[in-house]
Amino acid sequence: MPVHETFYDVMRRHGITRRSFLKFCSLTAAGLGLGPEFVGRIAHALETKPRTPVIWLHGLECTCCTESFIRSGNPLAGDVVLSMISLDYDDTLMAAAGHQAEELLQQTVEKYDGEFILACEGNPPLNEDGMYCIQAGKPYVEKLRYMADHCKAIIAWGSCASWGCVQAARPNPTQATPIHKVILDKPIVKVPGCPPIAEVMTGVITYMLAFDRLPPLDRQGRPKMFYGQRLHDKCYRRPHFDAGQFVEKFDDEGARKGYCLYKVGCKGPTTYNACSTIEWNGGLSWPVKSGHGCLGCAEENFWDKGSFYSSISNLNVTGNVEATANQIGGTLAGAAAIGVAAHAAATVVQKATAKKSQPSEEVSNG
Amino acid sequence: MASVNMTEKLPGPIYVFTMPVRIWHWLHALSIGVLIVTGYLIANPLASISGEASDHFLMGNIRFVHFVSAFVFAIGLFVRVYLAIVGNKYARGLFIVPVWRGVYWKRLWHEVKFYALLTRKTGKSIGHNPLAQFAMWIFNVLVAFFMVCTGFALYSQGTGADSWADNLFGWVFVLEASSQTVRMWHLLGMWLMLFFVIIHIYMAIRADFASRQNGVSAMINGWRTFKDDGPRDPQ
Repeated sequence: MPVHETFYDVMRRHGITRRSFLKFCSLTAAGLGLGPEFVGRIAHALETKPRTPVIWLHGLECTCCTESFIRSGNPLAGDVVLSMISLDYDDTLMAAAGHQAEELLQQTVEKYDGEFILACEGNPPLNEDGMYCIQAGKPYVEKLRYMADHCKAIIAWGSCASWGCVQAARPNPTQATPIHKVILDKPIVKVPGCPPIAEVMTGVITYMLAFDRLPPLDRQGRPKMFYGQRLHDKCYRRPHFDAGQFVEKFDDEGARKGYCLYKVGCKGPTTYNACSTIEWNGGLSWPVKSGHGCLGCAEENFWDKGSFYSSISNLNVTGNVEATANQIGGTLAGAAAIGVAAHAAATVVQKATAKKSQPSEEVSNG
Repeated sequence: MASVNMTEKLPGPIYVFTMPVRIWHWLHALSIGVLIVTGYLIANPLASISGEASDHFLMGNIRFVHFVSAFVFAIGLFVRVYLAIVGNKYARGLFIVPVWRGVYWKRLWHEVKFYALLTRKTGKSIGHNPLAQFAMWIFNVLVAFFMVCTGFALYSQGTGADSWADNLFGWVFVLEASSQTVRMWHLLGMWLMLFFVIIHIYMAIRADFASRQNGVSAMINGWRTFKDDGPRDPQ
């Protein structure tokens, strides 16, 4: 592969017409929420820039991110992105295996030191010196640290890499740790979700390759264009929420009419993702559209919040006792009410006995 | 006040709660009441209603009332800080608890015994009694500011990124990345406020019957009156 081959060259080589290429540029600009004037800039960047290699590592994960990525809803975008990025290493997708595969990592580090993008799917377990995830005879955390040292930027794919996900659920025996708590000296883009939406993944990677910089990130390190709003803000069932029309049970009239799923535990009001706009599988559907509440899979600690079917989450105050705010607070307020009533009764008794025993000595209660 | 005369007598009626403080108190109380009811209904909505969605706006209205009351509560709190600065010395009692004074702890301990019904004797207080003052600080300063910060952080989720609410209160989500957890802490704060309200109302009414000074009327006309001429601290 010549070093100066551009994205455009690769696409043409893959039989993609210029017309299709420009369509892809418009689609990407729209997907990223950019104005029409950016179409030309994206096209120009793809025509002139050498391809940036992407190294895709897998730690503790279930491969759902990869599964999502290769099903990028728009076939054009998926094909182009897959041929556009120089995916030099992805142990799930690539043909090479064993020593040949590991050699590729070394080659990339030597050839593109400080220039490649490290895409991390899954996270490293830190307990027992990382022995819960061994790759090529070494703990994964060592591989991650080594590659991170030489990369330009990191994409943390999915909730595993972004937040820890299910393997980090209490008590987290392997001490599975999200990327940003292991790699502290590189820019990290979090693309949470379990998995993230395919078009979000391709959109983020296209932005980084085309503009040669990180997309604008929010406080949590997530791309603003896809994680700037809650599902709730763009949910097509939102009018039912505002009207006070809720599904009470999954087999009731409200469920049939498509009412809001808040009362059966939908986490849309607290979940930042693009599901309600981009939807899944090429705009086919998404959880709420299929009649089930959002689990909040793109949010931190969604796995430790108690029932997926309650809008009220657990508060793990001590780490062991699980109780909801309503239980704790209701008990507290109830105790106050009972205490007040008992105290009032005791005060009356005290006053009555005081009057009886020492009628002349009543100093305090004039 | 380096030394405190324990046999000090307090003179007759003292004007403690100025008009602005009293207005603030009742607005604050009203906003808390509305916030508790609407807040509970946001976390635990009423039974579903039928008909066309376009014909109803029940949840929207409940949330609207909650937000308006929240503004009354939050702005009121800042006005109250201002009143503490420019107002009389009793107006500062809510924010500055004299924990560095030994006599404060002595009087507080006595008040604990009085409320535990272990003694019938009690002290006189011009503003709040020491125990009440401590509770006021916990709930109306600590919990109140906690509710303002978490509340407006949650509000910023609706106003969106880079909105004023996001700029001022978005840092809450840096401390706790999960907004669902912030919601739950906000909900727990609501119950804490209810806990306070129940005890506060009871204690204020009880003071009229069982203490040496007036209770509810002080916050209506501003005057603290005492029921006896005895010394401030029980002998």
